[in-house]
Amino acid sequence: MALFSKQNKEVFTNPLNLDHPILGQVLGICSALAVTSQLKPAIVMGLAVTVITAFSNVIISIIRNTIPNRIRIVVQLVVVAALVTIVSQVLKAYVYDVSVQLSVYVGLIITNCILMGRLEAFAMQNKPWPSFLDGMGNGLGYAMILVIVGAVREFLGRGSLLGFQIIPDACYDWGYINNGMMTMPAMALILVGIVIWVHRAYFYKEK
Amino acid sequence: MEHAISLFFRSIFVDNMIFAFFLGMCSYLAVSKTVKTSLGLGLAVTFVLTVTVPVNYLLQTRVLGEGCLVEGIDLSYLSFILFIGVIAGMVQLVEMTVEKYSPSLYAALGIFLPLIAVNCAIMGASLFMQQRILLDADNTQAITSVCDAVVYGFGSGIGWTLAIVSLGAIREKMQYCDVPRPLQGLGITFIVVGLMAMAMMCFSGLNI
Repeated sequence: MALFSKQNKEVFTNPLNLDHPILGQVLGICSALAVTSQLKPAIVMGLAVTVITAFSNVIISIIRNTIPNRIRIVVQLVVVAALVTIVSQVLKAYVYDVSVQLSVYVGLIITNCILMGRLEAFAMQNKPWPSFLDGMGNGLGYAMILVIVGAVREFLGRGSLLGFQIIPDACYDWGYINNGMMTMPAMALILVGIVIWVHRAYFYKEK
Repeated sequence: MEHAISLFFRSIFVDNMIFAFFLGMCSYLAVSKTVKTSLGLGLAVTFVLTVTVPVNYLLQTRVLGEGCLVEGIDLSYLSFILFIGVIAGMVQLVEMTVEKYSPSLYAALGIFLPLIAVNCAIMGASLFMQQRILLDADNTQAITSVCDAVVYGFGSGIGWTLAIVSLGAIREKMQYCDVPRPLQGLGITFIVVGLMAMAMMCFSGLNI
């Protein structure tokens, strides 16, 4: 089988469009909302989830025929927990300030439903390479929403992106005020609601 | 005692699992279609939280903490694997016990119990508890004993139940509303939860 056959390409791109993990299948919302008050933690979180989804998919897919069916959930949880531990240690070593900001949400990747959902639905039935692509696709789809929501919240809430001031000082002199509401947890929910609205309106039209 | 009461009310209203930390969001949105199922899941979550938080507290302070098992070795990087193991095991155990001694409760909670093992509210409460052990004893959020851990687990569970039951009630009423088609279902639910979270913000700074 070619590495990028048509089928494999679909496996990779579907989660980015119609079968989007957050917008289409409603998976993994908890952490999507909590880490998005600024852009930088959102990007780091998105990358961490992409890496963990891809590699846990590969590992489970390799050992899928040897896992007894009855205890498969526990096996999956242990594989994911081990990967999350590694990622958490790496984050602590290289980007300590972001890892402090993410606090418990790094550990909560274990219970992220995207991981369990993909392991159950895809990796248990497919070969390692398509599983890897599926994991990457779903992880990137998740990261995409995080980046959109994180960028909007940081831009409107603090007037900056990635910590750099975007809105010039002159605007503040004329009376522009940052929307402090955007940094509150409540606005994350409403923004994701609006993103879902746009996404569905677009795809309903196509149908 | 005063500390426990304060901890209890803070974990319900101020540090609410759903509105302040978005924990357990997946099952929160999936199961909150009616009040009845919401109440069932809420009770199951409260039950499991009240059991797992103290167990993980003991594990953290007696086994994983610095110098507990072997002098000079901090094992807390193993906490993710151990906590999730405890939670998965506990859920199984709770399920078996309830099935044996209270078939009627089992019938009511039945389908929800296995779901709880992967509910982030459970894991989240244990991880927050792990952070709060390190706080000073006079901080209202500090957890310094098994009793505090029980209170924290129970309070978080009650807060979660409160959130899911009220969303269930709103969604029951909302069936009669004329919502734009692409916004129906998930989209409007998100916005409703956002508005509820805004309302809950008025409790922040509550001190008892």
